[in-house]
Amino acid sequence: MIPAGSLLSAVGLRKSYGPTRALDDADFSVHPGEVVAVMGPSGSGKSTLLHCLAGIVRPDAGTVTYDGHRLTDLPDAERSALRRGEFGFVFQFGQLVPELTCVENAALPLRLAGLRRKEAEAKALHWLERLDVADARDQRPGEVSGGQGQRVAVARALVTSPRVIFADEPTGALDSLNGERVMELLTAAARETRAAVVLVTHESRVAAYSDREVIVRDGTVRDMAGVL
Amino acid sequence: MSIGHTLLGLLESGPRHGYDLKRAFDEHFGHDRPLHYGQVYATMSRLLKNGLVEVDGIEQGGGPDRKRYAITEAGVTDVGQWLARPEKPEPYLQSTLYTKVVLALLTGRSAAGLLDAQRAEHLRLMRGLTERKRSGDLADQLICDHALFHLEADLRWLEVTAARLGRLAEAVRA
Repeated sequence: MIPAGSLLSAVGLRKSYGPTRALDDADFSVHPGEVVAVMGPSGSGKSTLLHCLAGIVRPDAGTVTYDGHRLTDLPDAERSALRRGEFGFVFQFGQLVPELTCVENAALPLRLAGLRRKEAEAKALHWLERLDVADARDQRPGEVSGGQGQRVAVARALVTSPRVIFADEPTGALDSLNGERVMELLTAAARETRAAVVLVTHESRVAAYSDREVIVRDGTVRDMAGVL
Repeated sequence: MSIGHTLLGLLESGPRHGYDLKRAFDEHFGHDRPLHYGQVYATMSRLLKNGLVEVDGIEQGGGPDRKRYAITEAGVTDVGQWLARPEKPEPYLQSTLYTKVVLALLTGRSAAGLLDAQRAEHLRLMRGLTERKRSGDLADQLICDHALFHLEADLRWLEVTAARLGRLAEAVRA
């Protein structure tokens, strides 16, 4: 059953890779403005869950519903359009384009959506400023620190004003202080814009920035809200 | 935390009354658990008996709480030694949790559920500390960080134990 008021939800997800069952009847939901940490041991199915929720991977069974649309029923082109327009992504390694400057990287999703360069870069610069990394606007990813690069990646995820942000180990490559800074800025921006955040992490200090956590174990999702 | 040493340390800057000491303690260290007046006076009596503080003056018309205390030379030495001595790392929580996990396995209850509940409780506390850090000053941030790192260590132990429950169950039932 889809919980009332949820923006993104999944019911009965199953996904196998060959003989390995990554998800086994997994349920999940997130509300607008809510940060949910997805935790669990390595290989438990955390990333597969995120990929299914984001429409990157099609589950073998079960449904993903986003804002009333059944993501699992949409053709590839429509799912891609939804991903570009409504979802933002932050990964462990920023995955910035090395040939582009930081502001061009942050503006990239808007440029791909057809926005003019000047307008796209003005919006990107706004987010670089918010994330305290505007000084690096004209530098290339190879010329900035890991913490700066990751903040540029967060700016890129936020630049389209997404309604859902998927963050897969966003601080995994950073030290404690830089990781904290990224989490503070990411969660503050998300709460301000009422974006939902699906935060995959194995670090409890990172999960402590969430509103609630779910545990993925052996492909099933346990909602910890009812545990206590 | 040694309340005696902490109160002694607070006296190093100058003589204070008992109520003044309590106020200073609460302001600096008593965020979650303010000191009771009874604790202050019991501690000061002990320190007085051991020659680490002396009575510097008594206000007229008051009871025992009107005493003003001053630290002695021996008291200053004692605080210095305490500050220079590293604390013993105590596995205070693990022993209790370990006992509960083993008992759950022995009695056929859900040890995984117990660990999940503990993890949720730990994270609940970590959220509160993270929020306090977000809105607090540098002192708050450093104090909360210390607590967060310790809770994180406990959580790692919970994860590892959860991953080894099968083996642990075999061992305790053997």
